[in-house]
Amino acid sequence: MDTRAESMTQVADRHSLGAWIRSGLPWIWLTAGTVSLSLIMVFGLLFLIMVRGLGHFWPQDVAELELSDGTRALGEFVERETVTAARVRALGIDVPADREFVDRHLLKVGNRDVGAADFRWLNDTDIVASRYPDDVVVAERSEWGNFYGYVVGIRENGEMLEAGAQLWPEIARRMARKRELAERIENIEKDHMGAVNYELERLRLAARGLELRGVAAEDPAYAALDSQQAALQARYAELATALAALYRDIERNVLIVRTVDGTERELHFSKMVRLFRPNAMGVGAKLAHYGSKAVEFVVDEPREANTEGGVFPAIFGTVLMVLLMSVFVTPFGVIAAIYLREYAHQGVVTRIIRIAVNNLAGVPSVVYGVFGLGFFVYFIGGSLDSLFFPESLPAPTFGTPGLLWSSLTLALLTVPVVIVATEEGLSRIPRSIREGSLALGATKAETLWRTVLPMATPAMMTGLILAVARAAGEVAPLMMVGVVKLAPTLPLDANFPFLHLDRKFMHLGFHIYDVGFQSPNVEAARPLVYATALLLVIIIVTLNLAAIAIRNRLREKYNATET
Amino acid sequence: MTRPDADADTSPVPPRGISLHTLREDADKASMVPETCIEVRGLDLYYSEKRALNKVSLSIPTKVVTAFIGPSGCGKSTLLRCFNRMNDLIDDVRIEGEVLLGGQNIYDRSVNVAQLRRKVGMVFQKPNPFPKSIYENVAYGLRIQGIKSRRLLDKAVERALRGAALWDEVKDRVHDNALGLSGGQQQRLVIARAIAIEPEVLLLDEPASALDPISTLKIEELIYELKKDYTIVIVTHNMQQAARVSDYTAFMYMGDLIEFGETRTLFTTPRRKQTEDYITGRYG
Repeated sequence: MDTRAESMTQVADRHSLGAWIRSGLPWIWLTAGTVSLSLIMVFGLLFLIMVRGLGHFWPQDVAELELSDGTRALGEFVERETVTAARVRALGIDVPADREFVDRHLLKVGNRDVGAADFRWLNDTDIVASRYPDDVVVAERSEWGNFYGYVVGIRENGEMLEAGAQLWPEIARRMARKRELAERIENIEKDHMGAVNYELERLRLAARGLELRGVAAEDPAYAALDSQQAALQARYAELATALAALYRDIERNVLIVRTVDGTERELHFSKMVRLFRPNAMGVGAKLAHYGSKAVEFVVDEPREANTEGGVFPAIFGTVLMVLLMSVFVTPFGVIAAIYLREYAHQGVVTRIIRIAVNNLAGVPSVVYGVFGLGFFVYFIGGSLDSLFFPESLPAPTFGTPGLLWSSLTLALLTVPVVIVATEEGLSRIPRSIREGSLALGATKAETLWRTVLPMATPAMMTGLILAVARAAGEVAPLMMVGVVKLAPTLPLDANFPFLHLDRKFMHLGFHIYDVGFQSPNVEAARPLVYATALLLVIIIVTLNLAAIAIRNRLREKYNATET
Repeated sequence: MTRPDADADTSPVPPRGISLHTLREDADKASMVPETCIEVRGLDLYYSEKRALNKVSLSIPTKVVTAFIGPSGCGKSTLLRCFNRMNDLIDDVRIEGEVLLGGQNIYDRSVNVAQLRRKVGMVFQKPNPFPKSIYENVAYGLRIQGIKSRRLLDKAVERALRGAALWDEVKDRVHDNALGLSGGQQQRLVIARAIAIEPEVLLLDEPASALDPISTLKIEELIYELKKDYTIVIVTHNMQQAARVSDYTAFMYMGDLIEFGETRTLFTTPRRKQTEDYITGRYG
């Protein structure tokens, strides 16, 4: 051995490159390099998403710029790029001869209801001076995007309260009051009126159902429905009165503001989500603001064509859809695997079925979407409608894309994964365990239920983990079978039967696509794309970690499969 | 040949490896004709076209230990697995002939295999406890029979564990996972599991081949205890073990039953040349 090593080094001295290749070192470098590259790409991607996504909620300072044409601009710097002076000159813009490069700044100026665009590119040659005045306010509104400007005063019932020392406490008080009122309004509109409307619709359908069944008009059933309807309508009128009073209350206060070019505008408190002075905020206040924005993002509903506010309905829809899919896919896949592995005769047919199942996993997901639309939505859903919901026709109940069909389509998409993983697990259970159970007088079914299946649960969980990982990220098929950009109601609410499988829902993956590419205001929406992407990744990782934790516990319990 | 020899050999020289208690036991029984428990009549077994058992006929007496010996692949395990129809699980197995248990052919169509296996318990070569608690392992067969009463189960589990000489070692941790036991303990647990359902016959398929010498000794002592209540059939390729624990021995070779008789007789004065060659270690 030693002498051979010596002769090797002698050869290496003469043909160093050849020896180096023969030594296998390049191979190690190549493989290790590939692994590092993959890791760098994955972590780079996550890092980019995190930085872009998490930065979105930070309240930036607002700059007041004095421009060379004598006007002023007020806004947040969003982006900066450097271009050659020649390119700028080619656009017909005057650039001093000694400049080779020009910095261009993207300024978010907001005030979409005042000016035309809420983003503006400015060359640094245009900017004469910039300052950060403390009294700049940013108003986050529920319509028209942000407002940037200065506060003039408050008007309440026609009385004016001018700027002064007590102005900001007054504003804060009114914002708090507005928030409280808005909550009550939402409570009435969404919960109480929603429930009444839901009941009214049910009564209408019940009446229509009676008609369809040919019940005569003088039947007492109609009268009962009518009286219920009257009661509900009275309740509705009551709610409407209360609502009108609240609206009057909330509209009472108006904030008078001035834009940077001096025009005064009125902002209704009812339309304001947040009012803050970023330049005057310390780090603590900014952190608090950041926290509140981040929480809003997770728990609130979207505003302004999904470019502002939160993504809660999308989170809810994604998680609910994945859970439903798991409920469908696990028993189905497991049962199929049990038959294939435990009962079916292991021959050519089972082999062909296995190959077919494996190939199903490779079918592009959009194909499943088309299938889901044709089979589930139109065929099954349409049949269900004509059989069980004839009273609401021609408006479809299940014959339209919805939560149920989305979950089923994704279950179909992921069932091969569960079958393969479960079969693998079943085949790994030692023969001696089965024989031990049979020898004690258990039948095959008892052996399966009491011993084999519990021991195969970790493998089933592996299948489910893979299925969830695949399903949670799917968007293409969902666009055809149930996802919408804005769903008016969550698929789970307080109205019987609580889980509304026929409703359309929102989904984070589709939300990313919608906000990023279908939004009327791409510049404003872009940071939200990153934030949503980060959230989607976090949710998928959480779902997976939960499943992995369950699997590990099961593995510990049935560790015999490992020996 | 297929009937155990009733008249005891009176040769005073005990063969090596036969312990004194075996001798004394035999002396007590010497005058009585043992009652038959399992009667095998002209049993043929084929794995697809390969013949594994060739017209085997023998009578296994009640409440004694019968050992099957022979070289690897001679069919002794296959024969053993015929007694509780474990061979049914293997594809392409064809069985001809009869195995009578209590006068009934267990290969009859009317026989419920699960019921049969409750009467004929089996312990395998490698300990195969279920990944459950010790308690649940022993209670498994009873739960299969639908017994739910906690009190009955507790009693049966304790009795079975005592019967398998395991109770003292595990009584404080019966709810721990059975996989935490040592190999020898696991094998005794599996025996406890088998006797918990109170079978008539206990089949032991090389029960000590995967164990260390001390565990082996414990298992052998246990077998000696168990034969008071059960008919025991043991497969072993350890001839000393067969001589130590069994009352009757069958020697098999290439699917044929070569010789069957009282252990003492077979080991001291074998009638067949092949038997003699095997037990003297000339082949196998």
